[in-house]
Amino acid sequence: MTNTADVIIVGGGIIGNATAYYLAKKGVSVIVLEGSDYIGNGGSSRNGGGVRQSGRDKRELPIAIWGIQTIWPWLSEELGVDCEYYQKGNLRLGKTEQHLKTLQALTDNAKSCGLDVSMITGDTAREICPYLTHEVIGASWCPTDGHANPMVTTLAFYRRARQLGVRFFTGARVTEVKKLGGRAREVVTCEGDRFEGATIILAAGYGSRAIANTVGIDVPMSQQIDEALVTEAQPPMFWQMLGTAAADFYGHQTQHGSFVFGGASGIEDFLEETEGIPPTNSLTSSAVCRGIMGYFPALREAKIVRTWSGWLDICADKVPVISPVCEVPGLILACGFSGHGFGIGPAVGKLLSQLAVGDQPEVDLHALRYDRFKANK
Amino acid sequence: MSKLYSRNEDIGEFVPAPDDDLIICRCEEITKGEIRRAVHDGMRTITEVRRFLRAGMGLCQGQTCGRLVQGIISRELNMQPANLTPAPSRAPMRPIEMYVLGDEKEGGVPND
Repeated sequence: MTNTADVIIVGGGIIGNATAYYLAKKGVSVIVLEGSDYIGNGGSSRNGGGVRQSGRDKRELPIAIWGIQTIWPWLSEELGVDCEYYQKGNLRLGKTEQHLKTLQALTDNAKSCGLDVSMITGDTAREICPYLTHEVIGASWCPTDGHANPMVTTLAFYRRARQLGVRFFTGARVTEVKKLGGRAREVVTCEGDRFEGATIILAAGYGSRAIANTVGIDVPMSQQIDEALVTEAQPPMFWQMLGTAAADFYGHQTQHGSFVFGGASGIEDFLEETEGIPPTNSLTSSAVCRGIMGYFPALREAKIVRTWSGWLDICADKVPVISPVCEVPGLILACGFSGHGFGIGPAVGKLLSQLAVGDQPEVDLHALRYDRFKANK
Repeated sequence: MSKLYSRNEDIGEFVPAPDDDLIICRCEEITKGEIRRAVHDGMRTITEVRRFLRAGMGLCQGQTCGRLVQGIISRELNMQPANLTPAPSRAPMRPIEMYVLGDEKEGGVPND
């Protein structure tokens, strides 16, 4: 077994797999190292599947728009696997005047970036999605948003990258980056295995922080629990992605018919610390159910079949770091996606593949530099 | 503790079998052939097969087909079924209506 490749990617989630795929297409040799026993075991299989532009920060919005315009519509065909992408719009719902103010601010922000998003009345929202309660008095509406299946999309990138010759290892928990001649050159796993490459990409969620620390680089991140629930299959009702100004839940109906809804109980930050993947909390799914029924009374008898939970890697300013590191040439960071990394995952993968071979990325990434937290930058 | 595992080990070509049309996961109607094909596509754990195909993700959450899926994957990988980690069980143990799970009142199911 040779442990050398042009590019070593640490992290086997949507970012790592997509980057590996786009690099392999360029003929670059790649090794992907996943710390857990499963491909796509972090945020990539623990998110709501949103492929959104609305509600995003100005700094990452251009990536979202670019991905939706140039990658998502053709992704299933390209990868040979149905990623269940639906581009049927995003409704963010409001029940009070205060909610409408929140939505208006988000809408104004997105509009100023050139995104087609508008405020609509409750009745218009009900024309788009007839199952909405009459308590909804307004919403923001972005018709070009959508959703996809995050687990399948991540594994579809993995499958295709593997077919193109990318080498994958699971159970490869990287603990350290080693420099050679001033450049990042090698990574070492907790069991002492070494992998060598001219470029090293850290896309390991929150775990990227400790690894980057070994070469003196820090990204201000914390972890936050995300929980979701899945219903049994329902007859097709609506295809929009949903969110609320009150943030009591978000979600959508999948191609399969089940609904996937995420949300929080509000006590997440105060739970006892757990190692590894956090357990679901007995309060959260109940709280999310109340939130959902408050907007969709028709779903009250839908049965919950499954709940799950995971970690989000929250960056200090809620947008990711996607950046080469000046002090450590050869090292590229892609972490801190702050709970909205899936939708931009394929686009970020493609941009990282361009960065890794020294090309100018097609979307300007300067606003997402790793050193933006320092003064005078 | 996780062990280093290469996902590129050669397990041979996918050879179609006469019973590939057999439905293994009845909830999601996933066949033996689809599961075997997924293993050849790189899905080397029960969890990945679930996420990729939905086998064991339906109403019974794999309580019916879990062992069969485990057997098929392990045979394809030429390993002992016991060495394949089962998929995690997730709450709730039985499907529960939203109005029951979301009920705040003490004593359970509301009257209405």
